[in-house]
Amino acid sequence: MAEKLLMKGNEAVAIAAIRCGCDGYFGYPITPQSEVMETLMEEKPWETTGMVVLQAESEVASINMLYGGASCGKKVMTSSSSPGISLMCEGFSYMAGAELPCLVVNVVRGGPGLGSIQASQADYFQATKGGGHGDYQLIVLAPNSVQEMYDFVDLGFELAFKYRNPALILTDGVIGQMMEKVELRPEKKRWTDEEVIKLHGDWATTGKTKDRPQHAITSLALESAVLERFNLRLIEKYKKLNEQEVRFEKTNCDDADYIIIAYGAASRVCEKAVELARSEGIKVGLLRPITLYPFPTKEIQNMAKQLKAILTVEMSAGQMVQDVRLAINGALPVEFFGRLGGIIPTPEEVVAALKKMVK
Amino acid sequence: MDVKDIIKPENKVYGKCPVLTERVLHYCPGCSHGTIHKLLAEVIQEMGIQDKTIAISPVGCAVFAYNYIDIDWQQAPHGRAAALATGAKRICPDKYVFTYQGDGDLSAIGTAETIHACNRGENIVIILVNNAIYGMTGGQMSPLTLEGQVTSTTPYGRDIALNGYPLKITNLIAQLDGTCYVTRQSVQNAAAVRKTKKAIRKAFENSAQKKGTSFIEVVSSCNSGWKLSPVDANKWMEDNMFPFYELGDLKDK
Repeated sequence: MAEKLLMKGNEAVAIAAIRCGCDGYFGYPITPQSEVMETLMEEKPWETTGMVVLQAESEVASINMLYGGASCGKKVMTSSSSPGISLMCEGFSYMAGAELPCLVVNVVRGGPGLGSIQASQADYFQATKGGGHGDYQLIVLAPNSVQEMYDFVDLGFELAFKYRNPALILTDGVIGQMMEKVELRPEKKRWTDEEVIKLHGDWATTGKTKDRPQHAITSLALESAVLERFNLRLIEKYKKLNEQEVRFEKTNCDDADYIIIAYGAASRVCEKAVELARSEGIKVGLLRPITLYPFPTKEIQNMAKQLKAILTVEMSAGQMVQDVRLAINGALPVEFFGRLGGIIPTPEEVVAALKKMVK
Repeated sequence: MDVKDIIKPENKVYGKCPVLTERVLHYCPGCSHGTIHKLLAEVIQEMGIQDKTIAISPVGCAVFAYNYIDIDWQQAPHGRAAALATGAKRICPDKYVFTYQGDGDLSAIGTAETIHACNRGENIVIILVNNAIYGMTGGQMSPLTLEGQVTSTTPYGRDIALNGYPLKITNLIAQLDGTCYVTRQSVQNAAAVRKTKKAIRKAFENSAQKKGTSFIEVVSSCNSGWKLSPVDANKWMEDNMFPFYELGDLKDK
């Protein structure tokens, strides 16, 4: 039987990084995710797998250390929380522009500004609509358990390298801090330069040899026509993501008249809310987007045919609900319930919101 | 004797370094970048490390440095070169990693990344090309602009009361325990060029010996930005820059 350990979501990220062959972690302390770097420092992976762990002077430096490591074709990652992620947005834009893979974990806290250190989902727009400048997208994964915190590290790297694009795990203080059992996956060795070339192509700055042209990693294209061609190529990449990488989970949806759409910690609350509402005879299901970008737009449109209304539940002022409304395009009522400031909604509050919609 | 008899391989005393590409430099006539590029290429060629070198280019005039030196390059966001170099060097410790930056890039927006990379003693080489101005954006004041110097954002000359003092960033860097070699050089004549080449060679050798960060400031001219002829620009540099930014080694351990 596979080994199971009880650990925090943040610790799971650190352990998964070491075990999935990550080459380097660069980070800066911020609550509620500091356990990621603390765990890594305690584990000392540089003595076992050779993974580098470095505390940077800022989040700006962290993301640019990722830029340097990713340019060498290495599996590099960082983690932070909302204010720190804002500082990294410049780097996201550059790395998307330079087509570099990397993994970023945002353990979201309440905002704007310094906000609170309590869990929140108020960074959905920042994660899925940009944050940095220019036409780019991040691949955004939303775990709702400690197991998924662990599993999405490997998945994030896989997608980041497959599409040569930064991937972001959008989680929150609840998932980061809570403890659950985690099944450890088989260990993966760190890739050699030759393995990276074989698996993902020969593009990295590994030192120019006589038998290949120079590799220059850049996001610069001064000629408008050249940049437009590049922009169009990025759009093609994002289209492919939307066709091939949408992930979601459906619970109690087969006979549902209504569904709740929620991700991350909010989806855990909504699992209970669905159970309570079902016991009162409301035919409700839960759709949990696992990828927030690409968003399960088509699935929502398919489900709409059998539904009377949709309730979106978030720990924000209502951000993902805009994507749900875009998908539905006026065909159904789409209601929103949210708590703010780091407050976690209760299942009873969600059921009350659901009843208001059903009535 | 015919010219063809003279042009023989055995008579060749100097040639273009093969680590330089065939592309024509975009730099203004009289600019120091071309000379510094050539020196870097020559050192890389002479040390036989073309396949072990990763360079980081800045935002600024040298943003296209990858077009001219035939090695692997990473083009950094403005000011972040030292952070990229840290990421690359930490994970690829057997590579030679250097950054090539201007004074605006390194000493204004990139101050934090530069200071901390040097303070950690990253085994990298940092080349600072100081022409006391933002060249690429059209000649604005940088932290290293001299007092009284006219730029497009100090049209009446740099006023200390308004803009603060010129920043001797290299002197500051020399104070950091992580640095092993800190020097200020120039490339306005043959003797200076030879000294700068020696400094670059020493810096790369320090990297191999894991001695810490080597930092080379090259005091340079920007005749376009300074609105002077190339000859007058070099004269202005000697008369105004050298007294304030004194040439020579600040640290060599």
